[in-house]
Amino acid sequence: MSLSYLLRRILLVFLIIWSAATLNFFIPKLTPRNPLREKLLEQASRSGYIPPGFNEMVKSYEKKFGLDQPVWKQYLTYMNDMAHFNLGYSISNFPKTVPELIGQAIWWTIGLLTATTLISFFLGTLLGALMAWSRSSFIFRQVVPSLLVLGAVPPFIVGLLLIYLVAFKWQLLPLGGAYDTTNLPTWDFSFFLDILKHSILPALAFILTTAGGWAIGMRGMMVTVQGEDYMTFAEAKGLKNWRLFYRYAVRNALLPQITGLAISFSYIVGGSVLVESVFRYPGLGSLLATAIRQLDYFLIYGIVFILIVAIGIAMFIVDLIYPLLDPRIAYEGK
Amino acid sequence: MIKTPGRISGGQILLGDTDLTKLSEEEMRQVRASQISMVPQGAINSLNPVMRVRDQIIDSMLDHNLGLSKAEMIERANAALEAVELNLKVGRMYPHELSGGMKQRACIAISIAMSPQVIIADEPTSALDVVTQRQVMQTIGRLQERMGSAVILIGHDMGLMAQFVNRMAVMYAGSLAELGSVQDIFTHPLHPYTQMLIESLPVLGNRGVFKGIPGITPLLRDLPPGCVFNTRCPHVMDVCRHKTPVFKEYTPGHWAACHLHEK
Repeated sequence: MSLSYLLRRILLVFLIIWSAATLNFFIPKLTPRNPLREKLLEQASRSGYIPPGFNEMVKSYEKKFGLDQPVWKQYLTYMNDMAHFNLGYSISNFPKTVPELIGQAIWWTIGLLTATTLISFFLGTLLGALMAWSRSSFIFRQVVPSLLVLGAVPPFIVGLLLIYLVAFKWQLLPLGGAYDTTNLPTWDFSFFLDILKHSILPALAFILTTAGGWAIGMRGMMVTVQGEDYMTFAEAKGLKNWRLFYRYAVRNALLPQITGLAISFSYIVGGSVLVESVFRYPGLGSLLATAIRQLDYFLIYGIVFILIVAIGIAMFIVDLIYPLLDPRIAYEGK
Repeated sequence: MIKTPGRISGGQILLGDTDLTKLSEEEMRQVRASQISMVPQGAINSLNPVMRVRDQIIDSMLDHNLGLSKAEMIERANAALEAVELNLKVGRMYPHELSGGMKQRACIAISIAMSPQVIIADEPTSALDVVTQRQVMQTIGRLQERMGSAVILIGHDMGLMAQFVNRMAVMYAGSLAELGSVQDIFTHPLHPYTQMLIESLPVLGNRGVFKGIPGITPLLRDLPPGCVFNTRCPHVMDVCRHKTPVFKEYTPGHWAACHLHEK
C-alpha cells in the first residue's frame, strides 16, 4: 500500500465528516420550534402558572446555550466544538451532558447490534452461498429461499409480532427493556443472563429481517462467480468440493459483501431506532428518538456526529482492508 | 463435469485399462489433473483472481493425496513454472499482473504439474495473437515430448492442426465425421465437411473471397434425420436424408461416416 493511497483515503474521510457534520448542523435548525421555550413551558405548566419574566428566562437560557447568536456564528462554534469532541449539555436532560447520555446508551446498542449484525451477516452470507451452490442439497436450493420473504417485512413489525407471541401470549421472554428493573445492576452471572434474556427478542427481530438481504446479495454474486471460467478450470483441477466452494466461489463472491458489512457496522452506532423503540431498549436509537422529539439540538448533534465519525472510520478501514481481500485494488493507488 | 441437460448416453472412455464412465464422482475427481488434465480455452479468466499463481498450482496437488510435503509441492510448482518458461517470480504474482500469454502459460503449468497421461487442450490459443500462439504451441509440444503425455487438441484452426497433430478426428454436430492420420486427412479427405473445412483455409497470396461453408450448424436437440450434415452437404443424396451413415474404416487407419464412399 502506497503512502499517497493512504493520504488520499484520510483526506476523503475528513471531507466526508466535514460535509456530513455541516448537514447535521443545519437540518435541525430548519424547524421554527424553540426547544428551550418548550422545555421551560413544560416545567412552568407543571407548577401551574407562567412566572413573570418568563421571556427573559428563555432569553437567558438561550444565551447560556449560545442560541441567541446569528446562525453563522453558531455554526463556527459548533464546528469548533465538534472538532474538539466537546459535545456540550443536553437541553432536554439539563444539566446532564451529551457525552454522559451517550455513554449510558452506547454500550447497550453496540453490544446488541454488533452481535446481531455479525450473526446476521454470517448466517445470511452462508445461506446465500449455499442457495446458489449447484451441489447444495434440495433444502438449501428450494426450501430456504422461501424464508427470504421475511426480509421484506420491516424489523419493527417482526418485533411487535415477537413481543405479542413470545412475550405476551406465551410469556417465555420479557416484554422489553434491557434488564429486569427489579434486578439491581450488579455485574454477576445472573445479571448477565438477564441481559441475554432481554436481548433475544430484539436480536431475533433484527436478524430475521436483515439476514435475507445478505443472503440475496450473496446468492446473486455466487451465481455470477459460478459462471466464471476459473470455476470450470478449478473443477478440471480435481479440487475437493469444499475448496471449490470456499476458496474459489465464496472467496470471490464475498468481496461486495464485506463492503456492505462495514457500512452496516457503522450504522450500529446510530442504533436501530425503530427496533429499540419497540423493545424500549435503552440504546442510542431510543435516545436519538427522544432527542428528535424534544428537538434537543446538542444531543442530536452529538449522536449524529458520532455516527458520522463511525461511518467515516469504517469506510476508511474497509479501504485499507480491501486491497488485502482483492489484490486487484491495491494497484489503483500505485 | 457434464452439466445437465448434458449426459453420457453410452460408450466407454478408456484410460489405460480403466473405463472412466464407470468411476464414481470422487474417483473421477482423483483422476482429474493427476491423470487427465485440461488446458482451458479462455486463459484470461481461467485463473482465480484472488490467489497467487503458485498457490493455484499447489492446491490441485493438495487435493490429490500425493503424500508430498509442502516444500516438495512448492518445488514441483516451481518446476512446472520453469517448464512453461515462466520466471519463478510469476508464482508469487496475482493473475491480473500477467499478460494473456503468461496467463495461458500459467494455466499450462497448472495442468502439467502432476505429469498427467492425457492433456486436453481446448483451443488453448484462441485468445492469443499469432506470435504468442506459436510460442504457446511450441511449449505444449516440448512438454509433451518430455513427459510422454498424449495431447488432445480441440480447435477449428485447421492450419494449427496440420502443424501440431498426428492423428485427427473431425466432428460435426456431436458425431464423428472422419478420423485418420493428419497426412491422410489433408491429402484425401473423405467427408465433404472435412473437404470444405480444408478449403476454407485462407491461402497466402490469394486475395480472393474466403470460402466458407454455407448454412449453420443444426441445433443439437433438433438434429436432421439421416446424416447430420445433409442440410449443408454439396454432395447430398437421397439416402443421406433418411439413413445415418456408418462410421467405418475405408483405408487402414482412415475412418469416415459418409454415404458417398459406401459402395
